[in-house]
Amino acid sequence: MAYKNYILVCGGTGCESAKADDIYKSLLSAVEANGLESDCQVVKTGCFGFCEKGPIVKVLPDEAFYVEVKPSDAEEIVKENIIKGRLVERLLYKEDPNSAAKKDADEIKFYQKQVRVVLRNCGMIDPENIDEYIARDGYGALEKVLFDMTPDDIINELKVSGLRGRGGAGFPTWMKWNFSKGVEADQKYIVCNADEGDPGAYMDRSTLEGDPHSVLEAMAIAGRAVGASLGLIYIRAEYPLAIHRLEVAMKQAREYGLLGKNILDSGFDFDIEIRLGAGAFVCGEETALLSSIEGNRGMPWPKPPFPAVKGLWGKPTVINNVETFANIPVIILKGGKWFSSIGTEKSSGTKVFALTGKIANSGLVEVPMGTTLREIVYDIGGGIKGGKAFKAVQTGGPSGGMLTTEFLDTPVDFDTLVAAGSMMGSGGMIVMDEDDCIIDVAKFYQEFCVEESCGKCSPCRIGTRKLYDILEKISQGKGQMSDLEKMEEIGSAMKKAALCGLGQTAPNPILSSIKNFRHEYISHIENGKCEAGKCKHLVTFTILEDKCIGCTLCARKCPVNCIAGDKKVPHVIDQSKCIKCGACYESCKFGAIVKR
Amino acid sequence: METVNIKINGKPVVVEKGTKILAAAKKVGIKIPTLCAHNDLEPWAACGICVVKVEGSPRMVRACATDVVEGQNYITHDAELQGVRKTVIEMILADHPNDCLRCARNGVCELQDIAADFAIREIPFKRNVKDVAIDDSTPSLIFDQKKCINCGRCVQVCQQLQNVWALEFIGRGEGTRMAGAGDVLMSETPCIKCGQCSAHCPVGAIYEKDETTTVINALKDPELHVAVQIAPAVRVAVGEAFGMEPGSISTGKIYAALRMLGFDAIFDTNFAADLTIMEEGSEFVHRLTNQGVLPLITSCCPAWVDFMEKYANDMIPNFSTAKSPQMMQGAVTKTYYAQKVNIPREKIYSVSVMPCTAKKFEITRCDDMKSSGCDDVDVVLTTRELARLIKRSGIDFATLEDEQADSPIGHYTGAGTIFGATGGVMEAAIRSAYTLVTGEELEEIDIDAVRGMDGVKVGEVDIKGTKIKVAVAHGMANVQSLIDEVRQAREKGSEPPYHFIEVMACKGGCIAGGGQPYFTDDEVRAKRIAGLYQDDKECTIRKSHQNPEIKQIYAEFLGEPNGHKAHELLHTHYIPRQKYKK
Repeated sequence: MAYKNYILVCGGTGCESAKADDIYKSLLSAVEANGLESDCQVVKTGCFGFCEKGPIVKVLPDEAFYVEVKPSDAEEIVKENIIKGRLVERLLYKEDPNSAAKKDADEIKFYQKQVRVVLRNCGMIDPENIDEYIARDGYGALEKVLFDMTPDDIINELKVSGLRGRGGAGFPTWMKWNFSKGVEADQKYIVCNADEGDPGAYMDRSTLEGDPHSVLEAMAIAGRAVGASLGLIYIRAEYPLAIHRLEVAMKQAREYGLLGKNILDSGFDFDIEIRLGAGAFVCGEETALLSSIEGNRGMPWPKPPFPAVKGLWGKPTVINNVETFANIPVIILKGGKWFSSIGTEKSSGTKVFALTGKIANSGLVEVPMGTTLREIVYDIGGGIKGGKAFKAVQTGGPSGGMLTTEFLDTPVDFDTLVAAGSMMGSGGMIVMDEDDCIIDVAKFYQEFCVEESCGKCSPCRIGTRKLYDILEKISQGKGQMSDLEKMEEIGSAMKKAALCGLGQTAPNPILSSIKNFRHEYISHIENGKCEAGKCKHLVTFTILEDKCIGCTLCARKCPVNCIAGDKKVPHVIDQSKCIKCGACYESCKFGAIVKR
Repeated sequence: METVNIKINGKPVVVEKGTKILAAAKKVGIKIPTLCAHNDLEPWAACGICVVKVEGSPRMVRACATDVVEGQNYITHDAELQGVRKTVIEMILADHPNDCLRCARNGVCELQDIAADFAIREIPFKRNVKDVAIDDSTPSLIFDQKKCINCGRCVQVCQQLQNVWALEFIGRGEGTRMAGAGDVLMSETPCIKCGQCSAHCPVGAIYEKDETTTVINALKDPELHVAVQIAPAVRVAVGEAFGMEPGSISTGKIYAALRMLGFDAIFDTNFAADLTIMEEGSEFVHRLTNQGVLPLITSCCPAWVDFMEKYANDMIPNFSTAKSPQMMQGAVTKTYYAQKVNIPREKIYSVSVMPCTAKKFEITRCDDMKSSGCDDVDVVLTTRELARLIKRSGIDFATLEDEQADSPIGHYTGAGTIFGATGGVMEAAIRSAYTLVTGEELEEIDIDAVRGMDGVKVGEVDIKGTKIKVAVAHGMANVQSLIDEVRQAREKGSEPPYHFIEVMACKGGCIAGGGQPYFTDDEVRAKRIAGLYQDDKECTIRKSHQNPEIKQIYAEFLGEPNGHKAHELLHTHYIPRQKYKK
């Protein structure tokens, strides 16, 4: 039954934590209170991507795109928009406070350069309703491969598409599948890597929350292509919503005969199980992931043999990440040629990024490969928050590198990022501004790697710590120029001798920043200065006597009581006690405190 | 054999398919350094030192874990590889105590060697040594996690080779360390004290509890009459510590050295091995001819006994009640010998030299180990400790003239000496059981079916029409299939699959025990085993029941095998034990 109106409410984790569920319920009761149940359907969808402005509510067919909605707005949306057909102006998005409100998402710059292939159904359908997925051609690809394609046809279509794995290194997906297909075995496995672990990244979580069936369908297609009958989704336990939606989707797919024995009477059996991970970053590395599924410590194995040949329990195992899988049904339906027309020659299709950091519009963005960093940061991301100056962008999470302004016009794809000393990774993109200290950021990533190293191989286990120790020394003003060489020496040993991707790429933030921001290291080492004021040991907070009016606010804010002074008398900071937290600096309304 | 043509540093070599780069390089005389790879183990790929280059690829691969690929040229040494390796070694040393002078592995340490080869003169990184207390809770082994380099060998040995699972990695990241499973003291884990962890450890993180000073103190005590026994496997291994080839038979030199050290009576555990055959063989024949519980399972190996009591104690009725040769030798030293020389047993101090760390635990295993009225064996030295003791006493071992052991419990037959090799106990038992059953002598006494390095060996012996099915397992993990077979037959109520089973906890048997000289692998095992069979061949008497001193001790003191006195002194009992003490 079709409705006259649809109200779509974002049900991604971000919006849910901003009371999206209350909004949804309030909308339901408002619809009911006004007797509109048969005319208007309220749907909880997956992520719309514009997380900066969430929670998002969209009204169809008007295409009204409401941002920063609160539960109390529900009544007005129903009364005004649904009943009277008038937009709720105050909830529409404005590029800036003085500009005109944008009604439609298409009018919003954030969306204008995006192309949604992976996220095609996110924010469009109710992920807990298989019919909505099917209505948007869902499971059509599975039907096509079961009845109209041979396993070789499937792999060939992937080959034509040029799809490369979205999990990190960009290995051609068709080759992985083809390796597995070529091995004789009584059992093969399809594993979905949903162990997204980069700090700040949530592409895969959103895909699973918004469109779980696309991944299930793709896994079944993979099973058909390589001859596997069991799929396993390895997902971190701290993604409860994604897990719930997967479980609902799996149940529905089984009820519809789209998973399980004899799918669509084709004679093909394929089922999927979920395996929960405990959230170790290293378990995103495929062999560590398989160890974890096997019940062992999440520690990587040496490769080769690659999992495609000898994987889970020694059997051929195709492992792809969520985003890779989500591309596959569309490739099957629209053809590899169509897919390869998007993006660049060697990196076809789109890439989803979790754009965060000092960016005006943080959120989930999907762009064709080859889009420049400038377009992502400025056109989609709306530039730097608060009009500050751009300093760097880190792609690839803790495995990537820090890129400067000179790389802003680099078209983003697998190979250009590697050439620039970074990598695609799974799609985290963190923007830094003038207030960020490169050494401080490198320290953050290195600390992450120290904690997330599995501890198996010495280059990574010890190397990450040694790198951190040196950064720590530099941030305390005790560094020497020879420390840069030392870090490069450790870094290159790790790149060559660490067992897995985690250790091999862990030095990237440091190595890239030594190259691209050498002056900042020199400034810390030779001048004892942290321009951004982030390295506490190198910063001094001083109260300017002529500007301080003795309001006492800073003294009250100081957590260690190291600011003394009577009312209406200029205050003084006791430098021996100051912990450089900056609370005084932030609180002063008279610009009387300086940071040097 | 499918072969692969490759090049090592440009030099062509043909190797078997599936060969790792490390092994292929060794074939052309190239040693690729490593701290974690070991011929006994599957590659764990932890240390990161064995990286090599594949010509045409920008990556480095681990030589220990990577199969050779047809046509490839592997670069094992160049300036860049040397640099990467040196950095990794420096990092490992930065986290290592580097207190070599007071380390158990001083002079026989793989890390020390590698640091020497790479001319490490300084450690350019911030030091970060683990702060974990030493675990000396077992009577056999000491665990010092501070020295651990996380190579993973001990964990793999304990889990994969020995199937004991007493050791595990705890923590993660830089906090990763090997420890008793569940992070409890080793004495609270299912540890069987086999010491294979210590034999495989490349550094001084796991080592035997050293008792050399205890022995020196006993030797200088004028009140004590110090008797010593040496186990079969010691004689073909101790020479390695003095530059001799593995497998060199140095029995006579050991006797001479022990005499120089001041021991008052030099005995040989091989004598008690012959005694064990009399007891265990008679027990077997009794069970065989009286519908007793079969299969009979050997109990000479204390690590196996400990394992059985924890993991397979439903097998207790199958276990031979005969004590191990060490404990029999101790018991007769403090009774029969004491009487002969008219010295009160309290004044006799009984030392044994064993290839085994579990033997240190065995002497206090239960009260049966005090059958003489006091400790039958007072202290156990491993082969490694004996070598240390000899060196410490300034004895030039390799040049010693052979000497003889003392009577009346020091002479042995070929059957006694092969106890040190896997299958040896079975072979010795068959040689005598034949006579016990038929009253005739077995002519063909080399029992090939039970020799060799297969993890499980099965054979059939014809004792005048009675087919005796025997099985031999070594390496604790290999015993599981045999136990399962016996259990299945028992559950079904069918004929037991075997009549007699021999088990030794260590791969290859005692010759590769946890207390033997370091750097043991299959090549070394084979040489030591060959040494024991050579010793057997050179013996004029090769059957236990023909040992004149054995005949004498039964006639003068013990009475009948399995008789009352024999039971009192030479047999024990077993109880089920918990795997975890907490």
